[in-house]
Amino acid sequence: MIDPLRIAAVGEVGCVFFKQRTTETLPCQALDENFFCWDWAKSHIDEYMPRTLQHVELVVISVVVGFVIAFALALLAHRRNWLRPPFLLGTGVLYTIPSIAFFFLLLPLTGRGRDTAIIALSAYTLQIIYRNTIIGLDNVPSATKEAARGMGMTDRQILWKVELPLATPEIIAGVQIATVSTVALATLATFAGGGGLGEPIFREFGIGFKTNIIIAGGLAVLLAIASGLLLLWLQRLITPWRRAAAT
Amino acid sequence: MSALLPQPLLASIEGAFEFIFTPQYSNVTGGKKVGGIDQVIELTINQLEVTVYALAIALVVALPIGLYLGHRHRFEALAIAFGTAGRGIPELALIAFMAAAIGVGLLNVAIALAVLGIPPILTNAFVGIHQVDRSAVDAARGMGMTESEILRKVEIPLAIPTLMSGIRGATIAIVATATIAPLAGYLTLGDFIINENVYGENGVLAGAILVALLALALELVLAGVQRLLTSPGLKPRTE
Repeated sequence: MIDPLRIAAVGEVGCVFFKQRTTETLPCQALDENFFCWDWAKSHIDEYMPRTLQHVELVVISVVVGFVIAFALALLAHRRNWLRPPFLLGTGVLYTIPSIAFFFLLLPLTGRGRDTAIIALSAYTLQIIYRNTIIGLDNVPSATKEAARGMGMTDRQILWKVELPLATPEIIAGVQIATVSTVALATLATFAGGGGLGEPIFREFGIGFKTNIIIAGGLAVLLAIASGLLLLWLQRLITPWRRAAAT
Repeated sequence: MSALLPQPLLASIEGAFEFIFTPQYSNVTGGKKVGGIDQVIELTINQLEVTVYALAIALVVALPIGLYLGHRHRFEALAIAFGTAGRGIPELALIAFMAAAIGVGLLNVAIALAVLGIPPILTNAFVGIHQVDRSAVDAARGMGMTESEILRKVEIPLAIPTLMSGIRGATIAIVATATIAPLAGYLTLGDFIINENVYGENGVLAGAILVALLALALELVLAGVQRLLTSPGLKPRTE
């Protein structure tokens, strides 16, 4: 009935605990049937902050690494069409391998820790960002490119001044999906010893303790929503011409 | 090849394959052997079973809604935002919460996993149907097709590539997360990974290899299904 882990969470382990408490006077968090314990949440919310920051760090580094690689691959494939099938296959395989399996496949090579988690998480983002970048570049109307060439632009100028700006909405949409997914997946980084918000769920406060799961899961969901909205706002900010066209 | 790989890595891979094929002694089971091909097959079947259940639930819930909204061209922004938001569901918290709130076992885990499959299926069904060429739909209507005939005979066949990519995405998410189902009391291949004290390092690596292979195999099967379902007229354009 009373889980020892729950009692540990109460912070009153030992014989004194059992002498002075009856079922009626037990604090909320010691009972399984309680859905959410406000008092416990209030007094422990601070302990979630370092994990939240760690989570943000994991996501930011993974997405930045994933973006740099995927963007470079997409530019290469944009120039050399024969590279497309192998890149699609390679990123597809990395996307399909479940992150949790990836963590442990890497263990013999990189050991336990944050780096392992980052490698697996950024590998997962590659395909999403790569595909969106390619789709964005392919969607640039050829008439626009012809016009740029007619104005005397070189290939490099066309890429950076015409094609990439026009592909920006798709590219950022890819980064947005990759970021939101990574926020969710990073809860699994705890299995690789990578920290993050999975840590309180899986190790620190116990996986059967609902209040804990709701707080940690809730923080992860909030992070996902916040990062999604942030990137949406960024997309509007750097593509002002789309707003002008819409109104 | 072997010159490129460091010796400890080769030894771990060898250990993992030994674990897959022959039962090993464990430190904590009191002489009872763990691993071996029989247990591998049993856990693989468990993982496939929960994946199929979860996918079935997700399809039953998401497909009708996605198809209907796509056919009516309504709530576009909402349907697309739903797909992105669905990717933000933290897997570990979902499984842990469902286990603590509803209970453990096959059906509860399947329901929890179905939650992950619903957004991609719904969004892709919507987008697939929504972006079907309007003139094709008008032509069908002009030929006297009913709305349900238009959906079944025109819109769905044209939307198959997008629809299937949603189902594939859902399947990958579900089978990947089924790996942590042992936390909710349902044993899958993930048990090898999560319970290192029982299965040892070899078991962990073996579990990771098996889970990765299972996901890749499912993806291959579904890619094959997609090829079969895609109408011949669409094939040259699909990848």
